[in-house]
Amino acid sequence: MAMLTVEDLKIYYATPFGHVKAVDGVSFEVREGEVFGIAGESGCGKSTLVHSLILRKPPMVHMGGKALFKGRDLMRLSKEESRKIRYTELSIIPQYAMNALNPTKKIKDIVWDLAREHGHTDREEVERLLRERLKMVKLSEKVADMYPVELSGGMRQRATMVVSTLLNPDLLIADEVTSALDVTTQRVVIELLHHFMREGIVKSIIFVTHDLALLDKIADRMMILYAGKVVEIGPTEEVINEPSHPYTQLLLSSLPRMGIQYRKQKLRGIPGYPISLLNPPKGCRFYTRCPYALDKCPSEEPKLVKVGEEHYAACHLLGGEDQ
Amino acid sequence: MARESRLALVRIAFRNRKFQFGFGLLAFFVIFALIGPLFTPFAWNGLYYENVGGIKIASYGGKTLPPMSHEVITTYTGKKVEVLHILGTNINGQDLYARLVYGLRTSLWIALLAAAIGTVLGITIGLVAGYKGGWTDELLMMFTNIMLVIPSIVLLVLIAAYLSARTPGIQALIIGLTGWPWVARAVRSQTLSLKNREFVHLAKLAGLSDLRIIFTEVMPNMVSYIFMAGILQFSGAILASATLDFIGLGPTTMVSLGNILQRAIAYNALQFGWWWWFIPPGLIITLIITALFFINIGLEEVFNPRLRRE
Amino acid sequence: MGFRRYMVRKVVVYGITFVFAVTLNWLLPRLMPGNPIEAMVSRSGGAASSQLIKFYEEVYGLNQPMWKQFLNFWVNLFHGDLGYSMLYNAPVSSIIKHALPYDIAILLPAIVLSWLVGNWLGAIAGKNKKYDRYTMPLFYFLASMPYFWFAMILVYVVGVKLGWLPYSGAYAPDLVPSLSWTFIKSFLSHWILPFLSLFIVMIGSWAIGMRNMIIYELEADYVRYLEALGASEKLMTKHAYRNAILPQVTGLALQLGMMVAGAIATEIVFNYPGIGVLIMNAALNQDYFLLQGAFLIVVISVLAANFLIDIVYAFIDPRVRASYTEG
Repeated sequence: MAMLTVEDLKIYYATPFGHVKAVDGVSFEVREGEVFGIAGESGCGKSTLVHSLILRKPPMVHMGGKALFKGRDLMRLSKEESRKIRYTELSIIPQYAMNALNPTKKIKDIVWDLAREHGHTDREEVERLLRERLKMVKLSEKVADMYPVELSGGMRQRATMVVSTLLNPDLLIADEVTSALDVTTQRVVIELLHHFMREGIVKSIIFVTHDLALLDKIADRMMILYAGKVVEIGPTEEVINEPSHPYTQLLLSSLPRMGIQYRKQKLRGIPGYPISLLNPPKGCRFYTRCPYALDKCPSEEPKLVKVGEEHYAACHLLGGEDQ
Repeated sequence: MARESRLALVRIAFRNRKFQFGFGLLAFFVIFALIGPLFTPFAWNGLYYENVGGIKIASYGGKTLPPMSHEVITTYTGKKVEVLHILGTNINGQDLYARLVYGLRTSLWIALLAAAIGTVLGITIGLVAGYKGGWTDELLMMFTNIMLVIPSIVLLVLIAAYLSARTPGIQALIIGLTGWPWVARAVRSQTLSLKNREFVHLAKLAGLSDLRIIFTEVMPNMVSYIFMAGILQFSGAILASATLDFIGLGPTTMVSLGNILQRAIAYNALQFGWWWWFIPPGLIITLIITALFFINIGLEEVFNPRLRRE
Repeated sequence: MGFRRYMVRKVVVYGITFVFAVTLNWLLPRLMPGNPIEAMVSRSGGAASSQLIKFYEEVYGLNQPMWKQFLNFWVNLFHGDLGYSMLYNAPVSSIIKHALPYDIAILLPAIVLSWLVGNWLGAIAGKNKKYDRYTMPLFYFLASMPYFWFAMILVYVVGVKLGWLPYSGAYAPDLVPSLSWTFIKSFLSHWILPFLSLFIVMIGSWAIGMRNMIIYELEADYVRYLEALGASEKLMTKHAYRNAILPQVTGLALQLGMMVAGAIATEIVFNYPGIGVLIMNAALNQDYFLLQGAFLIVVISVLAANFLIDIVYAFIDPRVRASYTEG
């Protein structure tokens, strides 16, 4: 069952020089009970995409497409409706999770302020839940009575995760939550997210990262974005083991692998830089950096082609004119 | 910020509305102070001088004439001169426009000098404290914080009261000597953040002396801060010198803006309604400080794009 | 735990500052050129004979060695003896005791109320760009005004031209201070203008500070997080406001000296019988004991107020306590 169905979503940024097409016709779905990974280089639109689901603020503009969350189009909700479903049904752990909590408010006060605005009336109940969850993530329940400044960075990260998921949202967005962390803490975070899923605290997770190796560990299905477009989408294992799109292949080969020494297999970066999203080419957006670019690549846009069970990629090399 | 881009920053600054306004206003008063005397026949003390055989002899105008009064002054030798009192005269028959222009000159000069002294002192102390660290830092910052808490005006009054002859230079010196702690604090925190940057480490590895590193690597990277701190010193100095003058501890040898206001109070100009005596000097002080404020916010926006509000 | 360490450090710092200020007060006259006693004597009674000067030097203990003078200075200070004012012909401490209440009467309400009103106006400006566009230049203009000049304008417009309020002294000259209704009425009507002149000018700088802080806080990560979790505008403002007001409390301590300076000059305009008028008269008449006494009292008051603010601040900002807990 689909928790979230995004269809042909277009999110642009209004700038003095024109529209920056940060997300340009993206479609995917997130199913109940799965972790859906979104990967890509910085500036590929992954952050814009998830943020547009939570909160669209100028200069972000919705230019078309739908995002059906439990049957309601997130793009058409009124301000107040959208405010109400945030946190209770749709929540986010932000990139800046370590600094997300107001330093001068006790954590229980922050939580109560938020819960009250979402219709909760029993303060004790909310605090009891908070303490329980804090224990669950291996923090002392006394943390509830402390100020965020009194906690270490790692503790703040976990506290933020507890706060974000306290009201059992159906869909949780984890936006680059592991980017600023060391490897050990990364593992803790991933385990916690798994734990949240197992306990039924959250039903689905969208996990955004630029780190493909990490997705391998957490995501059931994944999507790769390049310059605001979907490049490849499919079950994580298939995408990682049998990448179909040249971009995915290059991304994967740029990852260091366990057991293979640098001397034996040189890491390859991807030459060149992503194109400007102010005025993207008509055809494939990757052709400027693609080692296999064809004559038609600059002018003709490749469509998503089925390459396996639920596995699609958008590249002219895979044929697909007939579709 | 790289050295090449400094010119670009200046260009951005002149395109910033707030900077334009502040700079324009300040420039206006500076130019006014420089060329203002051309529009009046009166000397710095507001008197009309006639040269009689190498000796200058003063003649007074009419008492408390309102602005734009024409008057015929009879000089010592009996010559009749028609003069215009642009801003009227005071109780002694001194031309207030002339006093205002020369007073503005004095006030700007004192403020400039005091700001220079305060800024240089503050930079030195801040740099040494921040760069040396350790006990030097502890002691210097303790001293700085103490000076911050003691109200400088009261200290200034105390010092000034013991000086029987006060020149603008001495006033500037004592204002500068009490104004530096703000600069020192800002410069120190900047130095602290700069000192751990790569280029400073590199310079150290290259064996440059501390002094060379401070002057060639650290200082150029905080020009913007120093400049802004200097502007704040300038406005603080204008206010401090005006307040001192107003209490009656201004320069004994010259007229200044605060001095004109003190005279106005002393001769009950308020009660008699001689508004042209006390409105212009205060207004000029206020506008100059406003201008400096706007220059500073403009510069802040230039140096820190995050602050720009459209 | 953290609080105690914070307190100890503050007490030490303020103790050192106090000693420094007192020493400075003692040292300055001795560093300055000229002989204060000579100046004082010649002021109060014609020609200064060397005998008279000698006599006074003995009276004030100026013929003793420096270290003894310094010690005496401290001993006298702790006995509340600040010397004798030749100008007012009374002990300095009693003159100041009579003047101080007037300063408190105008300064305290002016500072507290301007802080509240200024923060409120500044918060509105920080949130509302349209309103901000008009009020910001006004705030800057207010903050640029010398207190005493604005006081002069008030005297001229409200006192002289309109004749609404008295503008000289602290009460009608034919009254004697008492708790009678006539006196209180007279006192209040004389109080309004000096109070207003400080209050209005102070609003400017508080409003500017608050406006800048609110803009900064509204962009902070924790506000973005609240918004992402569906907090209402009101809640975000509430959180931002609380954090923006904290630096304003520190600002209170930092601005205190400036405001006292403003009050001194303002009192002169209104001929209000506080420390300001004392300082002016003492300075112009070379009454050095009075001047030094006034300096000490002002410094001590400012130090005490700063200390109080520091304590309050530790209570309202958990970051202070946290920074003293580590290690």
